[in-house]
Amino acid sequence: MVENKKTKNLKEFSTSADRFEGANLLCPGCAHSIIVREVLNATNDDLILSAATGCLEVCTAVYPYTSWDASWIHIGFENAATAVAGAEAMYKALKRKNRLLQPERVPKFVAFGGDGASYDIGFQWISGAFERGHDMMYVVLDNEVYANTGGQRSSSTPIGASATTSPAGRVSYGEKKEKKDMMAIMAAHGSPYVAQVSPSKWKDMVKKIQRGLNTEGPTFINAVSACTTEWKFAPEDTIAIADLAVDSLVFPLYEIIDGHELNITYRPKNVIPVKEYLAAQGRFKHLFKPEFKHILDEWQVRVDKKWEQLQRREEARI
Amino acid sequence: MNKGWNEFDAGAILFTFNEKVGNISEIHSEDRPYSPSSSFTASVSDWRIEKPVFNKEYCIDCQFCWIYCPDVSIISRDKKMVGVDYDHCKGCGICVEVCPTNPKSLMMVAEGKDEEEVLAAWPQKDQEKNNG
Repeated sequence: MVENKKTKNLKEFSTSADRFEGANLLCPGCAHSIIVREVLNATNDDLILSAATGCLEVCTAVYPYTSWDASWIHIGFENAATAVAGAEAMYKALKRKNRLLQPERVPKFVAFGGDGASYDIGFQWISGAFERGHDMMYVVLDNEVYANTGGQRSSSTPIGASATTSPAGRVSYGEKKEKKDMMAIMAAHGSPYVAQVSPSKWKDMVKKIQRGLNTEGPTFINAVSACTTEWKFAPEDTIAIADLAVDSLVFPLYEIIDGHELNITYRPKNVIPVKEYLAAQGRFKHLFKPEFKHILDEWQVRVDKKWEQLQRREEARI
Repeated sequence: MNKGWNEFDAGAILFTFNEKVGNISEIHSEDRPYSPSSSFTASVSDWRIEKPVFNKEYCIDCQFCWIYCPDVSIISRDKKMVGVDYDHCKGCGICVEVCPTNPKSLMMVAEGKDEEEVLAAWPQKDQEKNNG
């Protein structure tokens, strides 16, 4: 068993030396960098990182600057998983041939991608990397929209959200399709560890990241990333919105081990109505008109049903 | 750097540091040999309309501001909150929102305001909040 970095409390955690730099061009209050910082700080190991095209990539690698203090590569929109899988395969090959220059250093491989690059465009590549079983971790920064290109809907956009390609108006209530259940899909790949995290619950998140990094094989992390620009809320509310998402059970925090053993890792003491989560964001503003009330009601029913399903699965251990 | 779009190299490698560094996860930013390619050497201070001002007197070093800062702009050393890095702070205000003390130990003020003046006129403890 690998020794985890000690992160018992926040004071201890705060002695970490960040490997992600400021003066990147992400919006003020962007959750992406909070998530990336928590991931990088969760370990002291050497890291080999890649990023898919998206807000994170274009904002942290603006030539001639880079915001990364670890080996980091970007190739194309869809192949963050493939790039890191290739690096991992090369590392293994060199190790086998005894040709590593610094064999005592054992790196961890992490790929970052937005929901557009993971749920839609890069899905085939992620699926391939997971099927081949590379020893890597894939982190989705799930902001439920193509934020970098101006807020088009992705397959992660939830019902009722107004996006530029599914705008709300007099007739339409916005996005019509349900959010893709990526967690179940990745668990079905037989991944040894799949988890959903929120940056606002840092301890739960760091624990899951450490477990993901120390598990051999391809692991998957889905992180809710509140987007101040596209979700339309004030930049200082990022953490509050992430908390609302978790406490309203829209983003339940759970993990799936070996594709079947499901654990709910956080049960809110006071579950708040989904309405409050939706009301806090401008992208759902139109749902509060009387003609779209049925969408609001359906939201609550859907979230309750999902929570019930998760609890039943946790009990059944199958 | 005034290059046209078609004058850039098709691919590029940027080196964050000027020299070889050991275990980077144990070296804090002040001791790192940053190269001009690291965005650490750049500044986004002109993005701000408001800046957070830190009042040491009320701080309990809970480090909420450190972990939730998106721009690595809260400087924490030896489990103590030291201050704000105004070169990298974009003025989002998350640190003030998550500050749990009463009164808050961080406050957003207009960018041009004098820090001494702000500290002298710091809000008093909110009694109502305490009781409720």
